[in-house]
Amino acid sequence: MNGPEHQRHWGTVGIVMLVHTALDRAEQVARHWHAAGCPVVIHCDRTTPTADYRAFRKALSDLPDIQFATRHRCEWGTWGIVAATQEASELMLAQFPNVRHVYLASGSCLPLRPVQELIDYLADRPRTDFIESATTSDVPWTVGGLDEERFTLRFPFSWRKNRKLFDRYVAIQRAVRFRRRVPNGIVPHMGSQWWCLTRQTLSAILQDPERATYDRYFRRVWIPDESYFQTLARQYSTKIESRSLTLSKFDFQGKPHIFYDDHLQLLRRSDCFVARKIWAHAELLYESFLEGKHGALKRTEPNPGKIDRIFAKAVERRTRGRPGLYMHSRFPNEGWENGTTSSKYSVFQGFSDLFEDFEDWLAKATGAQVHGHLFAPERVEFAGGQSVINGALCDSAEIRDYNPKAFLTSLTWNTRGEWQCFQFGPKDNQELNWIVAGDPNAQISVISGAWAVPLFKSNRNFAEIRKDAAELQKIENEHLNVLRAPQSKARIRIWTMADFIESPMEPLQTIIDEIGHKTLRRLTEAPKMTDLTGFGQFLQNLKNQGMHPHLMGDFPVVHDPVGIQPKPRKPYLVQ
Amino acid sequence: MGALQSYRLRLQRRRWRIRAFRKRRELRAISDRTSEIKRDDILLFSTQRNEKIRLPFFLKYYREMGVNHFLIVDNNSDDGSLEYLMKQPDVSVWYTRKSYKRARFGVDWLNWLQWQHGHGHWCVVVDPDEFLIYPFCDSRPIRALTDWLDASSIKSFSAMLLDMYPKGRIDAQPYREGQNPMEITSWFDSGNYMIEKNRKFGNLWIQGGPRARMFFREKPEAAPALNKIPLVKWDRRYAYVSSTHMLLPRGLNLVYDEWGGEKASGVLLHTKFLDTFTAKATEELERKQHYAASQEYKAYAEILARNPDLWCKWSEKYINWRQLEILGLMSKGNWA
Repeated sequence: MNGPEHQRHWGTVGIVMLVHTALDRAEQVARHWHAAGCPVVIHCDRTTPTADYRAFRKALSDLPDIQFATRHRCEWGTWGIVAATQEASELMLAQFPNVRHVYLASGSCLPLRPVQELIDYLADRPRTDFIESATTSDVPWTVGGLDEERFTLRFPFSWRKNRKLFDRYVAIQRAVRFRRRVPNGIVPHMGSQWWCLTRQTLSAILQDPERATYDRYFRRVWIPDESYFQTLARQYSTKIESRSLTLSKFDFQGKPHIFYDDHLQLLRRSDCFVARKIWAHAELLYESFLEGKHGALKRTEPNPGKIDRIFAKAVERRTRGRPGLYMHSRFPNEGWENGTTSSKYSVFQGFSDLFEDFEDWLAKATGAQVHGHLFAPERVEFAGGQSVINGALCDSAEIRDYNPKAFLTSLTWNTRGEWQCFQFGPKDNQELNWIVAGDPNAQISVISGAWAVPLFKSNRNFAEIRKDAAELQKIENEHLNVLRAPQSKARIRIWTMADFIESPMEPLQTIIDEIGHKTLRRLTEAPKMTDLTGFGQFLQNLKNQGMHPHLMGDFPVVHDPVGIQPKPRKPYLVQ
Repeated sequence: MGALQSYRLRLQRRRWRIRAFRKRRELRAISDRTSEIKRDDILLFSTQRNEKIRLPFFLKYYREMGVNHFLIVDNNSDDGSLEYLMKQPDVSVWYTRKSYKRARFGVDWLNWLQWQHGHGHWCVVVDPDEFLIYPFCDSRPIRALTDWLDASSIKSFSAMLLDMYPKGRIDAQPYREGQNPMEITSWFDSGNYMIEKNRKFGNLWIQGGPRARMFFREKPEAAPALNKIPLVKWDRRYAYVSSTHMLLPRGLNLVYDEWGGEKASGVLLHTKFLDTFTAKATEELERKQHYAASQEYKAYAEILARNPDLWCKWSEKYINWRQLEILGLMSKGNWA
């Protein structure tokens, strides 16, 4: 430590350390700063047990350039922290005349780069104050809805201990439109609590003849440690770099993120001088950064981009979550799902009644996973007749009907990234109609009245058929009303059967294009439409028995639908 | 929630605590090392009966995770597990011959022990076949989690029970004492869980997994609950209501986010389906000491007689917590 290169700028950077717990770690870090020639002034929270404090002082008593400031109570969000900082800074400026920059750190800060690099960095910028400082209107940092009001209301009650009083007092002040006057027209600024100021700026703040006025004002400001120095530095500094040299990230509740052993590589690559907050038991971090040799000096600017991204993602995970996921720590209230389901799917109603090979054809045309009637009464008709599918979702109709929403959301979650298609009809479980219709991920295509085709083809007594037809029509009608409701957010298309068979290719093309799995191209082959000879007469028979099927549109009573009968499999070759 | 409802729950909580207090007489301290518990220690509470074969790995797993002291109720074991536990330096054991069922499946006993020894500690409450997985558990000890929960003012931590099973017949691979049971029961169902909210207690009620898929196909409503809250910063006023599925006061049950976000959560790997299970199921059926007239065990016995394979083509093989996180079975929340 006595080599000439280490003597450069010896003692020009002073460290003010605020500590309250994990004093053994604080001691370790203080020794580290001291060994690099930085005088250290430590402020220990008054709530720390006296015995611990004594032991801590004693442990550091062998180092000459470590001083201890008078203790204050430092409760989060209150003036105590500023008072402690002032006290310790004054002591630093008075006791160590060589100090040019004062670096404010905490007991859980850890220097990531050799201290000498920090000293050199600051020596190259002798007039620069590093303090994050922005006006309230410019930044969205604040938590709890208090930004500008931090400076215009009074906060005599503790947010941590008397939350109710705190909130009520804020509400009352808002109600009576109470506003504090900001003294001497200063413009309130906010920013990270951890700064590094030059002797000139810091002493100007501390020795200001108006200091009593400012102190009185900031004593009742909310979280003054993020605004006192940040505001006043703007009054005196000749050169402010509005950023903190301490890497410190906050989560959505304003609590600092904590670094653990597994962040070692991230921290190494961040090139930041100091990071907080470090978990007190992160042995590997303390070992690597305090004792380890750092190898090649890079002398680069701090670059915490990757860490920023990781923490930003964590906050997003906590506040937004993964769309369509329902699990034991994410169970959103209705309307707060941020996506009812996690991926797109299509519901086809009537298609498999009208076309004989519709499912195969659809699978071929789209490449999507095509199921049968997932909500059929007997069993879940998974694609390919499987009894279990992605995520071990099973085909038991009882389990599905026990919680149909869980079934659908599980299916889309388990197969996320792969478009699911399934058939639906009035015979199926109708419980999810509102949910599906309101889901923007759903594409619903309905050929209304097509449920009559299987009845028409069936070999049953007409009385039974008539009864079923009446019931199915009623169910489908209700479903159509749901689909036409203003709350619907799905992509919904409804054709009457009569309209659809007029020109089936156009609507099919539109639907398939939307699924858009394969490259856009024209359909070359139509699905095979079932033989509808006599269907008009069948409908007429139902009418004659007093049951009026209206959902399928107008079918000619005597003649069979034009164009369908004579050439049922006209290949569609366009291009 | 109305004031009346809130008052009712308060009465109920008191009832469970009085019950725990009465049941204290059933417990006889065999080896009481609780005086060694330090102020910040993380404690683990469990009841066990004839689990000698599982205990060595169980203790090892949680010791390595950073649990400082184990408090275990032995319910009349005769396989030497009591003697084994007595020899462990970090285990306190209580013995009882009384009915497991009448102690509400052990809840009363543990409520009492937690009341006595858990106050102010982070407490893990698990069975010997349950293994807690939490985010970053491969690189951070459990104290990192509890410190973070403390800093975030979170008092309870959710971990869904994830049933693990082997590939092939349950009795195909014998379990050796000390072996990691996940080596055998390494498969699980990733996406067939059903959740409902319990309005009264505010907890989630989760069912599904291989047990619903195989044993309760026709009556899913009878499938066992999988929601668990096994890690709580205990206060002597708290009480578990039913297993570790839910607690009072009900605020502790709010381990899930209701506004679209995800709270941090873990998973309890449930390694029930080892080769020891068939014998256990038969025994438990005779003892009739389990929930809902041992309905669950009846269903097991019925199906187990056919030697089923719980494994299916879509079963997932367990790798690590990150895999569970990606599958949506647990979440890092905002812990990074």
